[in-house]
Amino acid sequence: MEVPVPKEKWTGSIGEMELGASAEKGGSRSSLRLGGNRGLPFLSFEDPAARAVALAGFVADTLDDVPLAVKKAFGEAVNDPVGWAVAWKEKGADLICLHLTSTNPEEKDASPEEAAATVMKVMKAVELPLIVYGSGHPEKDAKVLEKVGEAAKGERLLLGQAEEGGYKSVAAAAMANGHAVIGFSNLDINLAKQIVILLTDYGVGRGDVIIDPLMAALGMGLEYSYSVNERIRISALSGDAMLQVPMICDCVSAWKAREASDDVPHAGDALERGIWWESTTALAALLSGADILVLGHPEAMNIAKDAVKGFRGEA
Amino acid sequence: MPTAIEIFKHLPKKNCGDCKFPTCLAFAMQLANNKAKLDDCPHLSEAGKNALASSSAPPIRLVKVGVGRTAVDMGDETELYRHDKRFFHPVAFALRLADDLGEDDLYKRLSYARSLRFERVGQVLKLDMLELECRSGNAERFASFAKKVSAETDLPLVLRAKDATVLSAANLIKDRRPLLHGADASNLKEMCAVAKGCALPLVVGADDLNGLADLVEAARKEGVEDLVLDPRPANLKELLERCTIIRRSAIRKTFRGLGYPIYLSIPAGRDGMLMASTAVMKYGSLLSFEELPASNALPLMVLRQNIYTDPQVPIQVKPDLYPVNNPGPEAPLLFTTNFSLTFFTVMSDLEKSKVPVWLQVVDTEGLSVLTAYSAGKLTAESVKNALTATGALERSRQGRLIIPGMVARMAVKLNEATGLQIVVGPKESSGLPKFLRS
Ligand code: B12
Ligand code: SF4
Repeated sequence: MEVPVPKEKWTGSIGEMELGASAEKGGSRSSLRLGGNRGLPFLSFEDPAARAVALAGFVADTLDDVPLAVKKAFGEAVNDPVGWAVAWKEKGADLICLHLTSTNPEEKDASPEEAAATVMKVMKAVELPLIVYGSGHPEKDAKVLEKVGEAAKGERLLLGQAEEGGYKSVAAAAMANGHAVIGFSNLDINLAKQIVILLTDYGVGRGDVIIDPLMAALGMGLEYSYSVNERIRISALSGDAMLQVPMICDCVSAWKAREASDDVPHAGDALERGIWWESTTALAALLSGADILVLGHPEAMNIAKDAVKGFRGEA
Repeated sequence: MPTAIEIFKHLPKKNCGDCKFPTCLAFAMQLANNKAKLDDCPHLSEAGKNALASSSAPPIRLVKVGVGRTAVDMGDETELYRHDKRFFHPVAFALRLADDLGEDDLYKRLSYARSLRFERVGQVLKLDMLELECRSGNAERFASFAKKVSAETDLPLVLRAKDATVLSAANLIKDRRPLLHGADASNLKEMCAVAKGCALPLVVGADDLNGLADLVEAARKEGVEDLVLDPRPANLKELLERCTIIRRSAIRKTFRGLGYPIYLSIPAGRDGMLMASTAVMKYGSLLSFEELPASNALPLMVLRQNIYTDPQVPIQVKPDLYPVNNPGPEAPLLFTTNFSLTFFTVMSDLEKSKVPVWLQVVDTEGLSVLTAYSAGKLTAESVKNALTATGALERSRQGRLIIPGMVARMAVKLNEATGLQIVVGPKESSGLPKFLRS
């Protein structure tokens, strides 16, 4: 009996974009293509083109907020963002996600110049595309990202992050130097759309925006994120132009869930459990529409890699 | 439900009004809206009744396995995306036990199966079924194995064998309503005979969906209606795509040929874990695990709990004043929100501290501390009202209130509203034991 293959009739597609600029394009690194999808994640009967997914390795230049299991997995390498990024490259990351936490004015308060120097050192050592965040302190981030953006002009970085309450300086730093920018919003499809509208009205090209709708980890509201992401993807494919941009999901927060690493009675090996806590979060992000995953533990990276291969039918 | 016009075609068209509606068409319209019952028309022919009953059946059949308190309902889902309404019947997890296990190993595995049980935000997460697999090839051995295990557990069972003669062991425990696994193109008639003879649900399996739909049709012709599908994916891609096609064709196209719950056999190791996580999100109804280490079981069970919560209603607890560790009037007073995750996290830390305290749970409609604060559902007023409603200030007479560190900025307003001295607690409740002791 012929089973009907019920394809959804999508009218829209996700815009294509590139991160990282090669020498021909005025940069010094490899580049990645994202987007272009015409169907829901990994359904080849809807969208025969192989889905591009990029896996980013999490790096920070201070260690206060880094999960213990992640520190242990990298050993000495975590003490230096350059060594850490190199280790990620060896472990197969497609790009590096660098958090300049040292610039936090309430702690180390590193200067924008120092931060830019760190970025340049990492870029010199590793030719992968780069995502760069400040410390999450809006006023300071504005200055830090401006300097970083200038120093890495033409390298096509992804700068994080623009929020509804303050997006202009990050957007300007990106626009002036040929970088892309992350538009963050808080677990809500309308807010996700709003930040893209704000950024594009301000002058950022839609092909230069990636949205971060906040990936809540397993046991920490994953269900909200799963559904918000799915709704964002469905709206984009149904023609909502402002949502037709790639999506980034940070899964490192999974280690903040206590069940991920605490001793829970009868819950087995804590490290193995924590790795799956992050990996399951990653899988939920992939199936709900993520184009970039940020991962902390190298084993979670391996698992996510296998998952992407498996969904593409390559394994 | 079919449309009013489709229903109307099958009605007697007498317009006699015995159904309490003036015309057959009016009756059809009420039926289409679920406002009347088919039985209300006394003149409906047997053929018409059958046609209507089958076309008004849910797009995915509800299949029950097991009996009593531990019985598992599978299927009867109505959505492709959980945000459209919700997913109703959480995917069941079964652990496989082979009949060639030695006595010791069998009891070890049974006790392991029992230990896979976690309490989380007030709900119990656990294994739902055991699958008994015939590996010995010996019908007698399998039969005595099935009897032995069924005496040891009240969990519903899956009986899995390739040979219908072996599977007829089901007859011995049919009052437990086990699910039978093993029908395929090579043995369909015999397997259906066992299932029909014992009135038990049956899994049919094939390597491609067209073949699977053929088997379903054939099984129904043999008189077996309670079916479960095994689409036998060889990898993640096949799993995701086959499950999606099955669910979509049932719900979007009301294609009855595949309108049944989905069974998946999960191999050990990383590949199995990836398949299982995918199946939890994408339409699995029953996963049978070759192995399920606890370090994998907890994340999978939490994933299932997350995906199957009602998107309209966060899991929440009753707003009230909770005594912890036998508090007296001198014990300190704290508050938190009625989001289950928040409440149980705080509660477990308070219990760990062994310090007697009063915990006021404020109604935030099931939102966490910061979410509720940002949404304006946790305010000095709402905290004050909660304290008044429960008479908290007569219970704890310290004149002080310990508040979550995340909402330190509420301190001044809270002091003004309640007259209490406000003490800002740690940001994470894990800091509470140390904080309370000092
Ligand atoms: C899941 C989530 C949601 C879910 C809701 C989940 C729920 N039922 O609450 C949804 C999607 C609905 C949501 C919505 C919003 N959210 Co929200 N959400 C989150 C998220 C991802 C997790 C929250 C959570 O569950 N935490 C876990 C629980 C256990 O934490 P908790 O309640 O705070 O409890 C801890 C501590 O407070 C402490 N504690 C608790 N009680 C007590 C008591 C005492 C005495 C002490 C000492 C300590 C203590 O211990 C607990 C364990 O550590 C966070 C980001 C994050 N990763 O934290 C954002 C977050 C809380 N949300 C935020 C916001 C802004 C919102 C919205 C207002 C966004 C919007 N504009 O729509 C809405 C508002 C809701 C509405 N209008 O209905 C912000 C809050 C910003 C701020 N700093 O105030 C956050 C921090 C995200 C961010 N970084 O911007 N959200
Ligand atoms: S009772 Fe039956 S035949 Fe009579 S009006 Fe109602 S539907 Fe028509």
